[in-house]
Amino acid sequence: MSTYANKKGFGATIWDYLTTVDHKKIAILYLISGGLFFVIGGLEAMFIRIQLAIPNNDFVSAGFYNEILTMHGTTMIFLAAMPLVFAVMNAVVPLQIGARDVAFPFLNSLGFWLFFFGGVFLNLSWFLGGAPDAGWTSYASLSLHSAGHGIDFYVLGLQLSGFGTLMAGINFLVTIINMRTPGMTYMRMPLFTWSTFVVSALILFAFPPLTVGLVLMMFDRMFGANFFDVAAGGNTIIWEHLFWIFGHPEVYILILPAFGIFSEIFATFSRKRLFGYSSMVFATVLIGFLGFMVWAHHMFTTGLGPIANAIFAVATMAIAVPTGIKIFNWIFTMWGGSVKFTVPMLYAVAFIPTFTMGGVTGIMLASAPADYQYHDSYFVVAHFHYVIVGGVVLGLLAGINFYWPKMFGTMLSEKLGQITFWTFLIGFHLTFFIQHFLGLMGMPRRVFTFLDNQGFNAGNMISTVGAFLMAFGVLVMVINIIITSVKNEKVGNDPWGDGRTLEWAIASPPPFYNFKQLPLVRGLDPYWVEKMEGKKEMTPAEPLGDIHMPNSSILPVTIALGLFVAAFGALYHMDDKSWTLPIIIVGLLITFGSMLIRSVKDDHGFHIHKEELMDDKDKGGKA
Amino acid sequence: MKKRLHKWRLIALLGIVGLVLSGCGEPFLSALKPAGDVAQSQYDLLILSTLIMVLVIIVVIILFVVVLLRFRRKKGDETIPKQIEGSHKLEIIWTVIPILLLIVLAVPTVVTTFDLADTKAMDKKDKDGKTKDALVVNVRANLYWWEFEYPDLGVITSQDLVVPTDQKVYFNLTASDVKHSFWIPAAGGKMDTNTEGVNKFYLEFDSKKAEDSNNLFYGKCAELCGPSHALMDFKVVPKSKSDFEAWAKDMKATKEPVVEGDVAKQGEAVFNKSCIGCHAVTPNDSRPEAARQAPNLSTFGERQKIAGVLDHTEENVKNWIKDPEKYKPGNTMTGTYGELSDSDINALAAYLLELKVEEK
Amino acid sequence: MQTDEKFTDATWPAAPEKATLEGKNKYLGFWLFLGGETVLFASLFATYLALKDKVPNGEAALAKDLFELPLTFVATMLLLTSSLTSVYAVYHMKNNHFKQMQAWFVITIALGFGFLGLEIYEFNHYVHEYHHTFTSSAFGSAFYTLVGFHGGHVAFGLMWFISLMVRNARRGLNLYNAPKFYIASLYWHFIDVVWVFIFTVVYLMGMVG
Repeated sequence: MSTYANKKGFGATIWDYLTTVDHKKIAILYLISGGLFFVIGGLEAMFIRIQLAIPNNDFVSAGFYNEILTMHGTTMIFLAAMPLVFAVMNAVVPLQIGARDVAFPFLNSLGFWLFFFGGVFLNLSWFLGGAPDAGWTSYASLSLHSAGHGIDFYVLGLQLSGFGTLMAGINFLVTIINMRTPGMTYMRMPLFTWSTFVVSALILFAFPPLTVGLVLMMFDRMFGANFFDVAAGGNTIIWEHLFWIFGHPEVYILILPAFGIFSEIFATFSRKRLFGYSSMVFATVLIGFLGFMVWAHHMFTTGLGPIANAIFAVATMAIAVPTGIKIFNWIFTMWGGSVKFTVPMLYAVAFIPTFTMGGVTGIMLASAPADYQYHDSYFVVAHFHYVIVGGVVLGLLAGINFYWPKMFGTMLSEKLGQITFWTFLIGFHLTFFIQHFLGLMGMPRRVFTFLDNQGFNAGNMISTVGAFLMAFGVLVMVINIIITSVKNEKVGNDPWGDGRTLEWAIASPPPFYNFKQLPLVRGLDPYWVEKMEGKKEMTPAEPLGDIHMPNSSILPVTIALGLFVAAFGALYHMDDKSWTLPIIIVGLLITFGSMLIRSVKDDHGFHIHKEELMDDKDKGGKA
Repeated sequence: MKKRLHKWRLIALLGIVGLVLSGCGEPFLSALKPAGDVAQSQYDLLILSTLIMVLVIIVVIILFVVVLLRFRRKKGDETIPKQIEGSHKLEIIWTVIPILLLIVLAVPTVVTTFDLADTKAMDKKDKDGKTKDALVVNVRANLYWWEFEYPDLGVITSQDLVVPTDQKVYFNLTASDVKHSFWIPAAGGKMDTNTEGVNKFYLEFDSKKAEDSNNLFYGKCAELCGPSHALMDFKVVPKSKSDFEAWAKDMKATKEPVVEGDVAKQGEAVFNKSCIGCHAVTPNDSRPEAARQAPNLSTFGERQKIAGVLDHTEENVKNWIKDPEKYKPGNTMTGTYGELSDSDINALAAYLLELKVEEK
Repeated sequence: MQTDEKFTDATWPAAPEKATLEGKNKYLGFWLFLGGETVLFASLFATYLALKDKVPNGEAALAKDLFELPLTFVATMLLLTSSLTSVYAVYHMKNNHFKQMQAWFVITIALGFGFLGLEIYEFNHYVHEYHHTFTSSAFGSAFYTLVGFHGGHVAFGLMWFISLMVRNARRGLNLYNAPKFYIASLYWHFIDVVWVFIFTVVYLMGMVG
């Protein structure tokens, strides 16, 4: 019962986090490591923008630039956006549905450590002979051609963190299906929980194709297979399909949680229930479904033929409809409301026009013949940054500001938050708006430099200035976090004052067992329902009783660590080095040994007894 | 509120400034200055979709601004707004109208997709196996250089694509090492050159637009292909039908290079020792693709650029031969011909610049 | 509910695999996992179909040269039968008949090993008789990857059954391990279904040409 100890030494705290299976602590782990990778990816972005500030720049070399652009994309998608999304999901979803924890706390921890070791593995490539350099899409012919071990780091690192993601997806699905508190029907679930639900289903079906693609790539590079070797009958287009069958749903895996976060924020700070809740749910599910039908729009210029291009063009356009429904529902949630402009709300408000811009360029891209011009040009770069930064990153910044008090029990500074917001937003538009035009004017993407006299100079300079503004905004955010953490002014259950859903009915941060008694849900926005009836807290759905809790375990760390070690062996195995086989064996022994211990040793968890819970009264956690 | 208006003004302003600064790009390079029917039809789709989308944005922005102005919470205001579940009427409106707008875009999209994929003319062969009434160019993309083969004329050139204006030019696209993508923004969208299979499409070059851009268009590789992806440029030289035919005749007639002057002759000797293993110097190169490992140099003296990116001067030729890695990192030429002395390089440059096919 | 509580036939629940929240979660989570596995195998099948008979030259073996019906038919029968025997095992698990359950699982494992042995023989045969190897052609890579992935699943399933049975040999059934036996057999059925597709798509369609 680790969390019972009040004051702990540094070592004990570290051990606590290494072994924790508590969703709230795993959320913090995801937040810290995702934040770290976000900063690394941001630095890589700054390198890119400095290099492209002026024509014929030699700030970085051509080969190094390709490594930076690859790692920027890979890091931001897999190691920053995904874990930050998981951070918010872990922190919020079990609370929103009134669960004690997720369905598989052990797997939750294992998922995190797999992601973490995968991310570290990928980034170690910088120090071990060079990072991957074939773009985050790592198209097969180039990635097989690429010398060194960069691509192998990519393949093994992503494989590792991909397993972690898959586990997290299954975990949230089961949690949401099985562990909702009494009265929390599907159509009473908050939109963020709904989007988590849909996203988890997307993960479940989208990650296996990536796994297969990575396995094929690994077999080709390490064991002499011929999947992508044209001379031996292979076909590189297979990689493109597998990658985008994963890659397109991945975009929705990132954006839907942001939609969920914004839905919560719009409702909260407008003091109004979400407009068109059922159509929002319907739109979320539909976007998730259509997300699997459109992957080939990334391949319009590959030469699939006019029939495939036409079908995928029209299917892609169809996604605009549910997305449009959402935009209008958000606007009408604010319509007639009492709108308060807190920092999370500023992000939400700014998100609407920004994301609309990204959405409409998406429709322009869907028009296949016109896409022949946009494809792989800076127009595409502008488009997906409008969607990913204007949607996902604004969503995450909003979510982190919004849920910070719930996770840490203290508020981030509103003043500094506003500085971050304005600099980041203005910097963002400055950076990326002009890139639409650069692309249309003939600038291909992924170029390490551009020649003079092509009309690209002014646009690139503007873009670089904007990037510095964004970096400044992030810097202020880091300062904000440090200052507020040092001050650490404690806040109550509902620090924003307008909380509507269950997570605001519990202490900030919640006790490790979450709700002492599971709350009874009597409608959409259950906490709001109770508040409107003048109650301060939720009605319990059960008498006070023993609470069953899972045991902490170090095994997730060792399982992931074993694979991490084995991955090093596998990576250097193709160099015919003698030490690699023992390393692989040792790594796999650690992993399978840990798994064996896990399955042989019974883990029944422990119970917190009623009496202890009664003593615990003043610590909050009342249902 | 002031602050917010200020923000929007700022963004709009910057966008406009950016546009004014750059116009719509250079006529030889910009997709916004279409120089042929293909580019024009794509440009028309761009404009149509932009108009529809601007309409959507305007509606969103108007609603958005109204909301921000009307529904701000006053300090200390504790009233609870009416909790509205939704509105079927509104929801149907913003479901149906976007669908209609999308249909407006989808129909021309589908039609154009099929139009631009129509390469049937390439399949009509006469009894000699030559394409009947279409000009076909086989494009082969290689690590940082382009080969253009005219199968019906039996000639090969590199880096500078010569095309007749005002007629459809058909392309067979393939790559010999890694995937590249063939893009002439002013003339139309790109198509990938895959390592397996052949992609086909066509482009058109308008003679008037060609004049506006001094009879020169820029071509680019649009698929990341390695360190020098950014430098994998080529040039397109549009010629009127008669000029093109004259050019083709000259090309066919060039059986071997003729150079004059001692230095150039000396250069020829160096070339035959160090370079000829990979580079051909006549347009009639009958070797198979795999043997053609480097750009055909028979028109080197007439090229627009050295190595696709450097200005066409003797100095640059020498620099390039001396240290190709410096100008195109990762190229496949570096280190294949040993050390050459300065006098060798001078001679070589003189020789290469003499390589011309067109009669002046 | 105490999960290690001893049960009599009378108190043993009708669906022991779903009697606890943990069991219910496992049950559902595993079904979802199988959904993901389905996509995994679908991707491998697609890859195989794209690369079927794609070889570098005329000497390399093609599908119609390789496959023989008798061998794969026996392998299929072994695996299908093992699926049936695992159904019997789960039937006895649901009736709290520990001994019978163990016995049927032993038969299941034996059949599984038989299948695996045939597969190893088959691969060996292709490599030595036809020089059809993992690295000889894209077809070879795709074939061994698809069928090998399935074989790997079979091997993992066998290890899973064995460790479950050894671990629980002396303590009998309870609500803690009943879900474990149940999902292990669920996994076994899944492997079986995948094999039916491999038999059809790879072998039958391969022999037709």
